[in-house]
Amino acid sequence: MPSTYVEAIRQGIREEMERDPNVFLIGEDIGIYGGAFKVTAGMLDQFGDERVVDTPISESAIVGAAIGAGFMGLRPVAEIQFADFISCGFDQIVNYAAKCRYRWNAPAPIVVRAPCGGGVHGGPFHSQQNEAWFAHTPGLKVVLPATARDAKGLIKAAIRDNDPVIFFEHKALYRRVKDELPEGDYTVPIGKANVFRQGKDISVITYSAMVHVAAEAAARMEKEGVSVEIIDLRTLTPLDEETILASVRKTSKAVVLHEANLTGGFGGEIAARITEKAFEDLDGPVLRLAAPDTPVPYCPPLEEAYLPNADKLVEKLRWLARY
Amino acid sequence: MPAVKLQELNPEQVAESQKRADLARQSLYYMALMREVEERIERRLYRQGKVLGGVYVGRGQEAIPVGSGLAARPADMLFPSHRDLALYFIRGVTPRQVFAQYMGRAGGLTRGRDGNMHMGDLDRKLVAIISAMAASIPVAAGAAMAIKYQKKDDVAWVWFGDGATSRGDWHEGINLATVQKAPLVLICNNNQYAYSTPLSKQMACRNVADRAPGYGMPSAIVDGNDVLAVHDAAVKASAHARAGLGPYLIECKTFRMTGHSAHDPADYVPKHLFEEWGELCPIRRIERRILDQGWGTRAEIEEIHARIRRETDEAIEWAGNSPYPDASELLDNVYGS
Repeated sequence: MPSTYVEAIRQGIREEMERDPNVFLIGEDIGIYGGAFKVTAGMLDQFGDERVVDTPISESAIVGAAIGAGFMGLRPVAEIQFADFISCGFDQIVNYAAKCRYRWNAPAPIVVRAPCGGGVHGGPFHSQQNEAWFAHTPGLKVVLPATARDAKGLIKAAIRDNDPVIFFEHKALYRRVKDELPEGDYTVPIGKANVFRQGKDISVITYSAMVHVAAEAAARMEKEGVSVEIIDLRTLTPLDEETILASVRKTSKAVVLHEANLTGGFGGEIAARITEKAFEDLDGPVLRLAAPDTPVPYCPPLEEAYLPNADKLVEKLRWLARY
Repeated sequence: MPAVKLQELNPEQVAESQKRADLARQSLYYMALMREVEERIERRLYRQGKVLGGVYVGRGQEAIPVGSGLAARPADMLFPSHRDLALYFIRGVTPRQVFAQYMGRAGGLTRGRDGNMHMGDLDRKLVAIISAMAASIPVAAGAAMAIKYQKKDDVAWVWFGDGATSRGDWHEGINLATVQKAPLVLICNNNQYAYSTPLSKQMACRNVADRAPGYGMPSAIVDGNDVLAVHDAAVKASAHARAGLGPYLIECKTFRMTGHSAHDPADYVPKHLFEEWGELCPIRRIERRILDQGWGTRAEIEEIHARIRRETDEAIEWAGNSPYPDASELLDNVYGS
């Protein structure tokens, strides 16, 4: 029976908590309520309130306490209710957790889970895709699964990882995507991209919910005789440059796609690396498709206009195919 | 107070008096060591260009880390502020390592990756501060929560200044710790200035301790220049935390007998304050106490200072000979395996 993305994350967390008594959860409304998106539903009953810690509305304290517990040998999994609120814990993430290993050899083995992304009419403060803030900070690992299978394998890998991992779960995927999950214990390695779809004419390099937008566009392009390869990065830092470059060398054309707004987005980094390292293999400019540089608007017509979608991607792919 | 004659005391009182004498002499050693090491760093090495970045010292505040640090148990987790150098010595970090840290050498605790008081050692249960004030409070709260989860009777201790109490992290961290009844001892060195900002512009309440009832937390106000008073308050506070009763705040009234950092002449501080507080120097005070109580002689006190000068001379030489880290180390240890 296939599992949804949210079930997959829940299973992954539960298995790690059963495996290792040092794993515990900390966040707002994660106990009796089971989390705003029910990711931690049932955990309080199974593990008790010592391991499923409901906190005051204090994102900075949530992240800071996770770091401190990490110093004591625990493996904290912190939930930020919406990725938009992560800014309230920003200093603890980018100045404290990210730098302590480099500065004084003290690892911060924490996971910060953050439900992110638009398409749910959440408005400017419940829709952001703010991974670039963290991908710019050395010392953090930034993970954004696109499928249920990866979500489970990556959350388990994140919990076992000895570095701080910012784990962005896309809200629109929680109950929309499903996979038949592998039997038993498995992890998906952090820092390894996935060739989501094989193709030979154009590479689309993307991650998180946009993988599914890319899949829809690729299916349409197939009918037009253009074969699209999709690279699902899964992790932004450390970046799997090898898989990106191998794909671009094969197809010779690339579109970088993300839901976050364009300027300063991670797509610029990918485009730059492709042009620096695979320029001779390119048969066209590296294109980017991203949201415009505005806050995420609330009402459906504005939000639809804001978000990248298959129509907008098909337009870019057609242009690049003709180039 | 006149010295009590030992023969008038019963054996238990003799033992207690002996303990007090040992504590006083130990306190003098650590306070004087901190003073001497920081004098050398701020007034010599910094001016000679041998220490480059920021230098933040705890001159006049030595009783706070010493009195409380000697009340902590070895298994307790310590989160010092940038004016608590003595905590490192109490935990066995050497003056050699401290000078090398300030000079950016490979022999420092961070191997030149960070400077001054930004150093830690998890094996010694010393956690490095970051520059954002009060960021240690939530982290210490989490360490205390972990101690509770691990069913140990250890305590997490965190030190900070009056300025730090204005940051959100201070409030968020304490609120979480008190709700969780975590074994956390909070020690404020209220030195009345945060950089150039006097207390009156930092907060509208009279004492930092006035904030404790808002968190359902007990507190004490102590003379921060009396090392034995700080110690006694710290013993009481840690007993409270160890007993599972939750956090406890100690506000130590003191004065920053220097600028914010070595580059700051502190012209904004009225001169008479330095004079008045200079009279209350915690090192001079414990020396007088030792002599008055018959816990030691003038010669013994002088020997402590002489020993510290020898240790310090030797440590500076050692640190100066410690190499800089090789530039090839630049990319190491951003991530683990």
